[in-house]
Amino acid sequence: MYSVKEPDHGTPARQGEATVTVTIDGHAVTVPPGTSVMRAASLAGVQVPKLCATDTLEAFGSCRLCLVEIEGRRGYPASCTTTVAPGMKVRTQTPKLAQLRRGVMELYISDHPLDCLTCTANGNCELQEQAGVVGLREVRYQGGATHTDAAKDTSNPYFVFDPAKCIVCSRCVRACEDLQGTFALTVLGRGFDSVISPGKTAFLSSECVSCGACVQACPTATLTEKSLVAHGQPDHVVKTTCAYCGVGCSFRAELKGDQVVRMVPDKDGGANHGHSCVKGRFAWGYATHADRITTPMIRRSIHDPWQVVTWDEAIAHAAAEIRRIQATYGRDAVGGITSSRCTNEETYLVQKLVRAAFGTNNVDTCARVCHSPTGYGLKQTLGESAGTQDFDSVDDADCVVVIGANPTDAHPVFASHLKQRLRQGAKLIVIDPRVIDLVRGPHVEAAYHLQLRPGTNVAVINALAHVIVTEGLAKEDFVRARCEGPAYETWKAFISDPRHAPEAMEAHTGVPAAAIRGAARLYASVPNGAIYYGLGVTEHSQGSTMVMGIANLAMVTGNLGRRGVGVNPLRGQNNVQGSCDMGSFPHELPGYRHVSDPAVRALFDAAWGVTVQPEPGLRIPNMFDAAVDGSFKALYVQGEDVAQSDPDTQHVARALESLECLIVQDLFLNETAKYAHVFLPGASFLEKDGTFTNAERRINRVRKVMEPKAGKADWEATCALAAALGYPMHYDHPSQIMDEIARLTPTFTGVSYAKLDRLGSLQWPCNDAAPDGTPTMHVDRFVRGQGRFMLTEYVPTDERTTRKFPLLLTTGRILTQYNVGAQTRRTDNVAWHAEDRLEIHPADAELRGIADGATVELESRVGKTVLRAHVTERIQPGVVYTTFHHPGSGANVVTTDNSDWATNCPEYKVTAVQVRPATQPSEWQARFHAQAAEQLGLLPRGREEA
Amino acid sequence: MDARKLVKMANDIARFFEAEPDRAAAVAGVAGHLQRFWEPRMRKALLAHVEATGGADLRPLTLDAVQALRG
Ligand code: SF4
Ligand code: SF4
Ligand code: SF4
Ligand code: FES
Repeated sequence: MYSVKEPDHGTPARQGEATVTVTIDGHAVTVPPGTSVMRAASLAGVQVPKLCATDTLEAFGSCRLCLVEIEGRRGYPASCTTTVAPGMKVRTQTPKLAQLRRGVMELYISDHPLDCLTCTANGNCELQEQAGVVGLREVRYQGGATHTDAAKDTSNPYFVFDPAKCIVCSRCVRACEDLQGTFALTVLGRGFDSVISPGKTAFLSSECVSCGACVQACPTATLTEKSLVAHGQPDHVVKTTCAYCGVGCSFRAELKGDQVVRMVPDKDGGANHGHSCVKGRFAWGYATHADRITTPMIRRSIHDPWQVVTWDEAIAHAAAEIRRIQATYGRDAVGGITSSRCTNEETYLVQKLVRAAFGTNNVDTCARVCHSPTGYGLKQTLGESAGTQDFDSVDDADCVVVIGANPTDAHPVFASHLKQRLRQGAKLIVIDPRVIDLVRGPHVEAAYHLQLRPGTNVAVINALAHVIVTEGLAKEDFVRARCEGPAYETWKAFISDPRHAPEAMEAHTGVPAAAIRGAARLYASVPNGAIYYGLGVTEHSQGSTMVMGIANLAMVTGNLGRRGVGVNPLRGQNNVQGSCDMGSFPHELPGYRHVSDPAVRALFDAAWGVTVQPEPGLRIPNMFDAAVDGSFKALYVQGEDVAQSDPDTQHVARALESLECLIVQDLFLNETAKYAHVFLPGASFLEKDGTFTNAERRINRVRKVMEPKAGKADWEATCALAAALGYPMHYDHPSQIMDEIARLTPTFTGVSYAKLDRLGSLQWPCNDAAPDGTPTMHVDRFVRGQGRFMLTEYVPTDERTTRKFPLLLTTGRILTQYNVGAQTRRTDNVAWHAEDRLEIHPADAELRGIADGATVELESRVGKTVLRAHVTERIQPGVVYTTFHHPGSGANVVTTDNSDWATNCPEYKVTAVQVRPATQPSEWQARFHAQAAEQLGLLPRGREEA
Repeated sequence: MDARKLVKMANDIARFFEAEPDRAAAVAGVAGHLQRFWEPRMRKALLAHVEATGGADLRPLTLDAVQALRG
């Protein structure tokens, strides 16, 4: 447990060695150069009164409350904006200072409502506290003009803006600019007339993205969480980790009993340094939503009503079914899917259950459909299936290349960090079919936007490499020292061929050759070039080839092995890195070790007391094919919704219908559960202990703040199922599971809960060679020894446009919704995104007689769906775009079963389609709604609303 | 398993390794990939397809790799 009140040193810490010694009220303190007098005082244990300063923001010096006296200097300088000098002697308390401060405070209070007793911030208001600190006893200015009857803005679903309480300290404005980078807030007017405004409109209709940084920065009750208004001040704090995206932000869950009052990003968080986005800070209400199913249920057929049973009955039934099916159809007729939203410990246990208790390697994870090509491509080239840097590394980048990623929506806290660096002058290259927000935003503009045609990534990356090699920009000495010579020579000859030249590729990619040449020169010529990429790289038929192409580019320019450079996959889900690390892939045991390796198997055989199978198991799409084919009959799915998230929905539905036993463990009756025979209620991230591993390999603790609503944390349910199968696993606490992982996985040997509690987080590899973890990988040598250049021929996808399907559909996500939306759709985030829309260029829309907001039919070779159009120039002509957050919009009814050659990661990003006006839902949608109604009707009475 | 799909998947693998100038390395690359990443029933179905059709619709490199696997 942590104290509710966090220390605030007033101004941010300065890097560097503490070399400057000053004396504050007689106390000596030594701090790094550039530190403010205010911070030095605070570190010496002396709190200088302050209002406009806080240690998450650079000082501004507007309130004049923090005045001090400095020996040998005239006047009363503001301690927040004055930096320390050697030998400085500072006094913070003198009669004169007290008088000045009381004067300042009197002015503030004369224009402030005096309703402290009923104010939300009562007991936690900096204005109230400082009034006490400076000893304010009377307010002489009464009856003058005030702002105390200014109207409240309650439009944002999560916070109120009550300008009557505003002291115009501009902390909110600076938070929005400096931390978030959105520039939504301004100070309108001057002097007494100044007011804070989100662009002269209501918060909800403004540029505000609801990150909450301003709310956190506000010293008064002007900007306040509605949850705080509802529940009152918290009484204790538990540190935990956001369960949404792969940034892995650390949070302080502020609680009253087991009621979450608010989530506040943790200043000590290694990934987020006190910042967050709307999802993590505000969208946690789903955890207590009425739709949660909290009792186990079983049924014989998927058209039978659900029967509520005890945990024991449900587990016994599930185990009996697994064994019956294995006896009838063979050991390998069953399998499991681990969850990238669950903890490392839970994921590890599910793959252990499948390999040891089911006795098969048929285990996979949703990373199959997102970053499996990252695992494959980086292992082949660099030797480790993970990103090379920590997020802070971006502070040293001079040129950042963002490929097939939309960080401001999908990885918002990293995007804010990146934008800080761009505002400092780093150059940006965006490679994306859409004009994503980073291309042009407040104080950020891409030097190059290579707006390629979907499906031509490899052509572009090859063209970039071609320019670098043929124009003599390669860092030959790095390559000679660090990479395999013969492979490099072969690659160099390959990539130098004129067929890879930007001019030759222009017809495929649609990107002007001059732009490619310019971008290549920029990336190759800066001291530090860093590449960040997302699913726009991996979810293609050449996803793995593209990842290797990216690694080639980084190697040939020497951009690996130090801060500011690297190859950084932006992972989608909170624990997708972890679920891969934990051996969720059918061909790999924990730590990315192939099942065919006898030495590795021997280790696990001994630890688990079983014989691990030597052959790879089925991957998710193979499981579906085998199910349709009749050789795969039972599946245990923990915390994933394959029926919504996986491509070619109708094929997935056929596969799920073919199963004799589908066990779904989830918070809600998700789309997959509609095909299930056993439902095991899941536990939210607030209800269990464990760890998540983010995109920078950072292992963060998840801590339980309330008891599991259904009585069992997910790991306990898996243990129960294993025991019922005759394979008891003995753990009293997830820390013991982590101990087992550490014993069996060389990159985790040094990881323990005790060390995580001590250091806050750890980046693997963490072992004897790196006891405190590894922020930057491949420093002196690559994990595989020498880096290996791979030949990356551009192979156009089979998914081509034709007269019948003349447009290319690509898919993605938006800020306020998360993945299949099961969580975010059950929060007030729907205020921003109530439905999935189809983005279409005005020219394509006009040709088809489609107006903005019109209902349109989207048809591909495999299916049809109907949704509303959004006509926009963000998208290029010939390309359309949609999200997949709402099941009824059926984006994946349209996507095909084409997939990455190496990993079967689906080609979500390219589908040939036609779009036409429509008047009614598609046949699939009619069936979908009928099935949804049927399945809700089969829930126990009283639950039909779910 | 749907032979049509397996043929496409195997050919996709071959199209990556076709860039490799050393033919033996390319064959080993495809065969190794099938061995390391395909579940046995998928390999068996592909082999059965080759038996039954002599390798219909397989790219030459795919066919050589399948023969090597059988070897
Ligand atoms: S809203 Fe809060 S943070 Fe912003 S200026 Fe007013 S008091 Fe300061
Ligand atoms: S919530 Fe975030 S984006 Fe919105 S005004 Fe506040 S700081 Fe800016
Ligand atoms: S950036 Fe990601 S991890 Fe951070 S708060 Fe938002 S969703 Fe959570
Ligand atoms: S705290 Fe220093 S001027 Fe406001």
